[in-house]
Amino acid sequence: MTDTAKPRSFQEIILRLQSYWAGQGCAILQPYDMEVGAGTFHPGTTLRSLGTNAWAAAYVQPSRRPTDGRYGENPNRLQHYYQYQVLIKPSPPNLQELYLGSLKAIGIDAEIHDIRFVEDDWESPTLGAWGLGWEVWCDGMEVSQFTYFQQVGGHDCHPVSGELTYGLERLAIYILGVDHVMDMPFNDPDAPIPLTYGDVFRQTEQEYSRWNFDVANTDVLLKHFEEAEAECAAILAQEHIDPKTGKRIIMAHPAYDQCIKASHVFNLLDARGVISVTERQAYIGRVRALAKMCADAFVLTEAGGHAA
Amino acid sequence: MPDLLIELFSEEIPARMQKRAAEDLKKLVTDGLVEAGLTYAGAGAFATPRRLTLALEGLTAESPTLREERKGPRTDAPEKALAGFLRSTGLTMEQLERRADKKGEVFFAVIEKPGRPAAEIVAEVLEKTIRTFPWPKSMRWGSGSLRWVRPLHSILCILSDEAGAAIVPLAVDGITAGDTTEGHRFMSPGRFSVTSFEDYAAKLKRAYVVLDAEERAETIWADATAQAFAQGLEVVEDQGLLAEVAGLVEWPVVLMGAIGADFLDLPPEVLQTSMKEHQKFFSVRDRSGRIVKYVTVANRETADQGATILAGNGKVLAARLADAKFFWENDLQTVREQGLEGMAAPLANVTFHNKLGSQAERIARIAALAREIAPLVGADADQAEQAARVAKADLSSEMVYEFPELQGVMGGYYARAAGLPDAVANACAAHYQPLGPSDDVPTEPVSVAVALADKIDTLTGFWAIDEKPTGSKDPYALRRAALGVIRLVLVNGIRAGLSNVITSSRDGTDDWGSDLLSFIHDRLKVHLRAEGIRHDVIDACLAMPGNDDLVLLVNRATALQAFLSTEDGENLLQGYKRANNILTAEEKKDGVEYSYGPDPKLAEGEAETTLFAALDTAEPAIATAMQAEDFATAMAEMAKLRAPIDAFFTDVQVNADNAVIRRNRLNLLHRIRATMRQVAVFDAIEG
Repeated sequence: MTDTAKPRSFQEIILRLQSYWAGQGCAILQPYDMEVGAGTFHPGTTLRSLGTNAWAAAYVQPSRRPTDGRYGENPNRLQHYYQYQVLIKPSPPNLQELYLGSLKAIGIDAEIHDIRFVEDDWESPTLGAWGLGWEVWCDGMEVSQFTYFQQVGGHDCHPVSGELTYGLERLAIYILGVDHVMDMPFNDPDAPIPLTYGDVFRQTEQEYSRWNFDVANTDVLLKHFEEAEAECAAILAQEHIDPKTGKRIIMAHPAYDQCIKASHVFNLLDARGVISVTERQAYIGRVRALAKMCADAFVLTEAGGHAA
Repeated sequence: MPDLLIELFSEEIPARMQKRAAEDLKKLVTDGLVEAGLTYAGAGAFATPRRLTLALEGLTAESPTLREERKGPRTDAPEKALAGFLRSTGLTMEQLERRADKKGEVFFAVIEKPGRPAAEIVAEVLEKTIRTFPWPKSMRWGSGSLRWVRPLHSILCILSDEAGAAIVPLAVDGITAGDTTEGHRFMSPGRFSVTSFEDYAAKLKRAYVVLDAEERAETIWADATAQAFAQGLEVVEDQGLLAEVAGLVEWPVVLMGAIGADFLDLPPEVLQTSMKEHQKFFSVRDRSGRIVKYVTVANRETADQGATILAGNGKVLAARLADAKFFWENDLQTVREQGLEGMAAPLANVTFHNKLGSQAERIARIAALAREIAPLVGADADQAEQAARVAKADLSSEMVYEFPELQGVMGGYYARAAGLPDAVANACAAHYQPLGPSDDVPTEPVSVAVALADKIDTLTGFWAIDEKPTGSKDPYALRRAALGVIRLVLVNGIRAGLSNVITSSRDGTDDWGSDLLSFIHDRLKVHLRAEGIRHDVIDACLAMPGNDDLVLLVNRATALQAFLSTEDGENLLQGYKRANNILTAEEKKDGVEYSYGPDPKLAEGEAETTLFAALDTAEPAIATAMQAEDFATAMAEMAKLRAPIDAFFTDVQVNADNAVIRRNRLNLLHRIRATMRQVAVFDAIEG
């Protein structure tokens, strides 16, 4: 993409990011096919930041935060939104420059904008993960999160991964100069059938807000949580050697899917307001325990750096 | 004498850590150099978001040669002893000296440690400093194992003198020291080399970096106030914010923008907090105190004079304030429809502390207590109770959820919106105060009642569940609460026994009420010490009855300290101590208490008679003055005893041979002590 003019639509920003990071040598992954709260949950970040193998990936990840639902009315709060995620391990020395290059690619010119790296340490209690870095400000607006992972799933990261997370809607609202997310052009405004973000998502925001807040069956959800937790442990309790094939197959990823599921169910229960302050910590601890078990298992696999 | 220049260049250092880090760099390096035998004339340390810099002037070029002599074994000592000495000194036998000693000939080792060049020492010290730097939080990056606050990119380390500059050879985890650095990330990319600190600072400035944080802060403040002044406005001072913002930029550019008309009606505290917390903006107010503009500090100049930057910031601010306005309007609607009680209703489901119940239960206790306290502070009991019931309603407002630091302030606004009387609204706003030793103390009666009830309920609650502060741990800020009680009582001159207030605040105070009171007394001592009142004077007054009336206690202590600083006071104290010492010793010896009144008929000589007469006059006068709590008069009356007591001890022997006379005189000493103890327990006074 050589177009240096400002992007004109939400999807153009995504396409330019994809093309920029592909150009920097990242594997462009597809979104993970499960409900997650943030791009970090994608195994392409969580699991791949563990172990010694080098990695470079970028992808869009639809993310869900049930408590942020506003029936599509708030100008920038959504219960379903997109994150753009980049993970490079080991973090290259010029990661800040690479990142600034990506801003340029989507039309943010550092010659006329004020770009700042403001301290913001990242922590995910549910993933047992933390890192140091910044939120990146453009003219006073947070446009990305920039983190050097220090620990994931309770494991120290060696080597350290550099993670970049762009909140795509917020970034796009800013670049496209619209006031409300729903008014933002999704495809090219000159297309035969121009669609706004609202055309695509207003109705779903309403539907999910209602379901998240008032309808989701909490008894069923509680049961799902317990089941996912049990399944995760059961998967990881299996012998490393598969009795059928005789091969060493540690099922870190299927187990991690259950961890993701438990985490999302917890978010839904939280939105339904059935989790008290004290219970909250206990649930977070339970999800963290799953994440840790999955991390422990992953580092025993080939992708996790285990030498056969 | 060379100069040393060190720069550690990294990715962005958190603003809050920069100042301390520059100081740590200076201390660690200079300490290390001095320990290795170097001296220096002056040192300066600096920090910007991307660098820590240390400049040393007049460093010695090498460390001095050290000569050490060590005495060894006698020359005829067994071979083993000699071998051990050679091993420990690292010398050969030929290098030892033989010297005559009283007991014969002895080996001496003369070890010379040659001086080392500064460069070698600097390299060692700097590497150690980098590897052990005390960052509050540090990290690894890439594949390395070095820890720094954020990835460290380059090390500049040069020694320079008239002859020129030389790089100090040094490498830490693959980063080799050089003589180059970078300027501003965006305005002046690319590296350049430097030859001295002056050259470095000048080139940095040309490369759009102001090295000194103080200078950046001064520039920001000067530009901001000048721009505001030009429009007849004033920047709201905020030193903390100024220091933080100066740590976010290398090239500060001050830009002033307007706040949208839609938002000008928000409470000024909301505007200020939102702008500061989210955007790190300064607030700018007009002559009437209304906040109408903001100042933001950018990190660069642009071709459009900051227009794009300002527009962007304005837009972000508008979104933030739209949120704030949304919360404000929702909260006002809640208040209109359900009243403050309605707003407070969800607090029934919010836990204050798992052993102390919900916020709603806590509020009910505070309301009952505020009602009790009201008459003591001249407040209307109904209003005090009403205010306490709604004072914490704002904890479930959307605004306070978003900005916890606005608790209380919002309560005041919402109470007014609910049509509650001013006294109640003011109490909502002020009841958390005072929050520290310098915070304002509420003075309106209803505010005082609620503020006191709030703090006392907190104190008695945590005492009841035995969660008292220990050492540096005070998670519930109980010391602050106790100081709050003290300042509320003293500033408002509240005459009340705290014991009763504590007792009426909850059940079970028999077990721990006096412990809590002595905790409050301890905080009072700390408070009064800061006001210049001696701790022993406080102790002398604390031992008196009625010590839970803090106003009485402080009045007494103030008068006593003033009295003790007079000549009469000092001498009278000596007289008291003498009387007390003799009496205590004799009572112990005799195993009796000399508390019968002495008989004036048994007085012998003028000194003793005069003392009787003086006590006859002083006792009722002191009693009357004490009744009126007129400590100054009581002290003055007591001062009149000084001369008679002095004369008594000079002329009269207490332990007379005649047992009756002796007993009478001991009883007289007891009378002196009792008279003076009406005022204070002088035993506690030192000296």
